[in-house]
Amino acid sequence: MTANEKRALEINACKVRMGVIEGTYAAKSGHPGGSLSSADLFTYLYFKELNIDPAQPDKPDRDRFVLSKGHCAPGLYAAMALRGFFPWEDLKTLRHIGSHLQGHPNMRSTPGVDMSTGSLGQGVSAACGMALAAKLQNNPCRVYTLLGDGEIEEGQVWEAFMFAHHYKLDNLRVVIDNNGLQIDGPVEQVMSSYPILDKLAAFGFETAEIDGHDFDAIEGAFARAGTVKGKPFAILMKTTKGKGVSYMENQVGWHGKAPNAEQYEIAMAELRARLAELEGS
Amino acid sequence: MADVKKIATRAGYGAALKELGELHDNVVVFDADLAGSTQTAVFGKAFPNRHFNCGIAEGNMMAVAAGAASMGMVAFASSFAMFAAGRAYEQVRNSIGYTGLNVKIGASHGGISVGEDGATHQCLEDFALMRSIPGMVVMSPADEVEARAMVKAAYEHEGPVYMRFGRSPVPVFHDEAAFRFEIGKGEVMREGRDIAIIANGLLVAEAVEAGELLAAQGIDARIINMATVKPLDEELVLKAAEECGKIVTCEEHSVIGGLGDAVCSFLSERRPTPVRRIGTPDVFGHSGPAAELLRQFGLCAQGIAQTAQAFVRG
Repeated sequence: MTANEKRALEINACKVRMGVIEGTYAAKSGHPGGSLSSADLFTYLYFKELNIDPAQPDKPDRDRFVLSKGHCAPGLYAAMALRGFFPWEDLKTLRHIGSHLQGHPNMRSTPGVDMSTGSLGQGVSAACGMALAAKLQNNPCRVYTLLGDGEIEEGQVWEAFMFAHHYKLDNLRVVIDNNGLQIDGPVEQVMSSYPILDKLAAFGFETAEIDGHDFDAIEGAFARAGTVKGKPFAILMKTTKGKGVSYMENQVGWHGKAPNAEQYEIAMAELRARLAELEGS
Repeated sequence: MADVKKIATRAGYGAALKELGELHDNVVVFDADLAGSTQTAVFGKAFPNRHFNCGIAEGNMMAVAAGAASMGMVAFASSFAMFAAGRAYEQVRNSIGYTGLNVKIGASHGGISVGEDGATHQCLEDFALMRSIPGMVVMSPADEVEARAMVKAAYEHEGPVYMRFGRSPVPVFHDEAAFRFEIGKGEVMREGRDIAIIANGLLVAEAVEAGELLAAQGIDARIINMATVKPLDEELVLKAAEECGKIVTCEEHSVIGGLGDAVCSFLSERRPTPVRRIGTPDVFGHSGPAAELLRQFGLCAQGIAQTAQAFVRG
């Protein structure tokens, strides 16, 4: 991609991070850590990769995206709002009574959400069902799903991976956000899911391991995914939990906690400074 | 009913799936390594490209079916009741119930009549589990004719459906030409005013026979086939309560949370009425031939007649 394209993505990713902070601060709850580690991926998907149209959120041949790690809804919502699926102001209603922005994604309330998720392990299975149906229907759409490195401790995830390989779902793109932390601590201490890449390969996936904050790398991995036939594709994305907000980075405590007023101001000031830097460059 | 033909309701499920497959391109069927037992193999043989074995992974199967349904397919997902409603409960709740997607769960081998496999496979809790999910339709047919009609009604219904079929052959007493099935509507099998017996599944035929035993003793029992557990045919239950005064419910299910509880909950709020619930008490089943197990738990014409008689006279 060109330098200008890359800068535009970085600017949008910074805005998505601001949306995560706005949403969780307004909700006084929610999951900023994983939303921030996946913010660059959300941005890339919604501004570059996915064939979608905010004006026609139900168009049949749209690419599907299933946020299997549904607790990172604040990041998804911010990217969708920025892309025009609903007003940016809606982010401040996150988790409020009457809001279409539920604590975890709800396909029945938010236009453009393709599957209701939140109970870990189920989204990836639903994505497999979508990819299978797309093949039956000769629908050219591709199906993307994002999982957490803690989420893959769920046995159902591996059932889904078996299924994806067995039915040769080469229209499926699995992304795993490897930020290394889950609620109770580091993944390797709570219940190690490593070595992730080897397990994916053993389950029949074509794989890529990338820096999940590098848009060139994300682009390269998805480009490669498009060339693979007869096998599902998985991207292991190395990230920093809480990325972009200094005091949240690599802190397990920021998995599922909202910033208070003071923390909100610090986070927004950092992100505004980053945005100004990007826009000035 | 000694001379009527006997067919398991699960056979009706397989046959109806095949008929639906012939009529509709959007029917897909998922199974979890039990296609021969659930009878989805009948569909699979006719439409191998629309039948997907998920292997022994019921949780994944349910969410896969939800994903397929989100693409406009009508997805049938099958396993034994124990694993469809039990093991995969949370996938059914969150990926199928909460989304309201067009997934039809065809669960075979429900109830104690699974027989020799014993308690681990005798699901006596599926009505309770599935009833508790908002928007879920919960049904169990009395014979093979009703099973086929039910599967077609499930296809036409927009949203999640749970259907429980049985392993053992049961009498086919519905006349296919005349029979009309409607979700949420009970069927009066015999008129009567002394007591109403509300049953579903294989206990409908037993209840009808119990009605004859009771008639011989001068008790005029109304027999109702309540194939739909949810939504309950409240109008028919209320009428039975008003006109008969006492109700017996019969199901091949725990007395906790099934048809009996649905009837009791409704009546206690609308028209308090004495009820006796026939089902398995709060215990697990065990191995044995189906007919003997049913007799042992009183899930038979004699057992129903005894309970009803004592209730009427008591």
